[in-house]
Amino acid sequence: MSAVIEGKGGFRAWLNKRLPVDQFVADQLTGYYAPKNFNIWYFFGSLALLMFVMQIVTGIFVTMHFKPGDLTAWDSVQRMVREVPYMWLIQPMHAVGASFFFIVVYLHMARAFLYGSYKSPREVLWVIGMLIYFALMAEAFMGYVLPFGNMSYWGAQVIINIFGTIPGIGPDLVEWIRGDYGIGDATLTRFFSLHVIALPFVIALLVALHLVALRQVGSNNPDGIEIKEKLGPDGKPLDGIPFHPYYTLKDIVGVGIFLTLFAIVVFFVPTFGGLFMEGPNFEPANPVSTPEHIAPVWYFTPYYAILRAIPNQRIGALLMALAVMAFLFLPWLDRARNKSMRYRGLASKLLLGMFFVSFLVLMWLGMKPADPLYVILARICTALYFAFFILLPFVSKADGNGPVPERVTYHAD
Amino acid sequence: MPTKFASVAAAFALLLGAGAVSANEGEHAGWQREADNEIGNLPSLQRGARNFLAYCSGCHSLRFMRYQRLAQDLKIPDDQRDQFLVPAGKKFTDYLVSSMPGKEATDWFGKPPPDLSLVARSRGSDWIFNFLTSFYADPASRQTGVNNLQLPGTAMPHVLASVQGVQNAVWRNEEQPGPDGKPIATRVFEKFEPGVVGSMTPGQYDEFVRDTVNFLQYVGDPTQLEREGLGIWVVLFLLMFTGISYMLKKEYWKDVR
Repeated sequence: MSAVIEGKGGFRAWLNKRLPVDQFVADQLTGYYAPKNFNIWYFFGSLALLMFVMQIVTGIFVTMHFKPGDLTAWDSVQRMVREVPYMWLIQPMHAVGASFFFIVVYLHMARAFLYGSYKSPREVLWVIGMLIYFALMAEAFMGYVLPFGNMSYWGAQVIINIFGTIPGIGPDLVEWIRGDYGIGDATLTRFFSLHVIALPFVIALLVALHLVALRQVGSNNPDGIEIKEKLGPDGKPLDGIPFHPYYTLKDIVGVGIFLTLFAIVVFFVPTFGGLFMEGPNFEPANPVSTPEHIAPVWYFTPYYAILRAIPNQRIGALLMALAVMAFLFLPWLDRARNKSMRYRGLASKLLLGMFFVSFLVLMWLGMKPADPLYVILARICTALYFAFFILLPFVSKADGNGPVPERVTYHAD
Repeated sequence: MPTKFASVAAAFALLLGAGAVSANEGEHAGWQREADNEIGNLPSLQRGARNFLAYCSGCHSLRFMRYQRLAQDLKIPDDQRDQFLVPAGKKFTDYLVSSMPGKEATDWFGKPPPDLSLVARSRGSDWIFNFLTSFYADPASRQTGVNNLQLPGTAMPHVLASVQGVQNAVWRNEEQPGPDGKPIATRVFEKFEPGVVGSMTPGQYDEFVRDTVNFLQYVGDPTQLEREGLGIWVVLFLLMFTGISYMLKKEYWKDVR
């Protein structure tokens, strides 16, 4: 794949002798062949990377003015937004950015479900991606606690107490996480450290590994067939095109559309009707005033709904953990020969549709109060959620082996 | 391809819109009204600031708002700011902090009056509007003689009684199914009746409250107007950027067969 760069003099040659810039571009961008039939679902990987960079950059500025601590955190956020030039823009970008990050990550994951992108030889790619997702959840949770609004406080209370259901070590573990008998100064300072240093480093490392693994196995595509198996006389995949300039330019269009939507939300509806920034979080943390409904932000609510659906707290917490972990086993639960849903039977499509619907309904239920009717609905959806993982090995084995096309389907416009 | 992009963008926008709407729809009781305030209405904001300083700031602080910022945003000239806005003994760079001592406040009302810097963001404009218009005479309330429909049992006295007067609430009894299915007699609010008359007509009072709510919405998010003004240009730029990058992409992709 690598092209030898030669015949150039001057600074560039001097630099390339010492740092393989051109070699890197040739290997990773112009010499990296991606399937030409990517559709809309293939924008969300690059958009997730964009959101990661944006959160880091806006986060740097928020960190400059934020003062962790139970007495200072909330005031410092209000002050920076009101008195530091342009922080009225940067701080909401950071807060709304968390929600947009999860939107693209969920869509990116949904793509893997649709086209079997987690299947062999991409199991490790998928597992690294899931580790990013887990780290991101921890990162988002701690970031949500830091401004120390009332929902920060009570949300943290609920989520940290989940660890208390672990038999034996639970109560001690909760105290160890909080660093105190309640959520307070010690909790905020450690969450700050983890949020701005530890987890961003972990995520950056995992993202790098995710990309290395992607370059190793190559991208999947909507047809789920390997382009490496059909090489032209020049040794390049017949259905592949160089990542640069084709996909860099295409991804920039995706970035444009995405940033337009992002800007509309940040500038005109930053709280997004209480979905991206919740009303109770505009009140400072108050240990004696519980918000009417405690609910985590929307991207955690599917799991929260599962937790609440089970009367026994310990089993609820266990199921919640299982619901998150189950993703890790997907490559081995899916036993179909074909990757893409396009070439699987109706049963597979219905099963996946059922999973998507149950996930979205659980998401909605997690934001609602735990009325009896909602709890019943949450139990049904929890059952459907796990039914997907239990039935997948059988359904995929039975109807995922139909004929697939020789070459990818692509229509030039 | 362009139709595909457009349809996906539209679907995404629709999804966002649906989320916003579903998150917004609170249950409104029959008597509750919308504040209907216009954040872009400068005279209304100025009147609201005047109302706040006259009736609210004795007890309630806006501890994140400086007199200076207020005057700047509400286009109040410096001389008027120093003459009317900034109380004696304070500087124009000070925050609008009430001079009521916390301990005495707790003795008088049971708890200190809350800071109102962000009340419009935590409760919403409609909530404040309904709170300020739904005080009614309630002899059962020993402390203040009034009660409130929006926040029953509120510790706040009817500070605006001199302008609104004190209205009476009319209730009717209704049987509603209880938790065990058996009907329970419940007192249901029907309407307000004029009681003690204030200096304003109900229509004038609504306007008075609307201006005050408008002001509190501004205080909760003072950059809203500036943000939306800049936002239009940012979105226009991004649309142009998207259009140009799409044309560039199309040009390159011509070769892909």
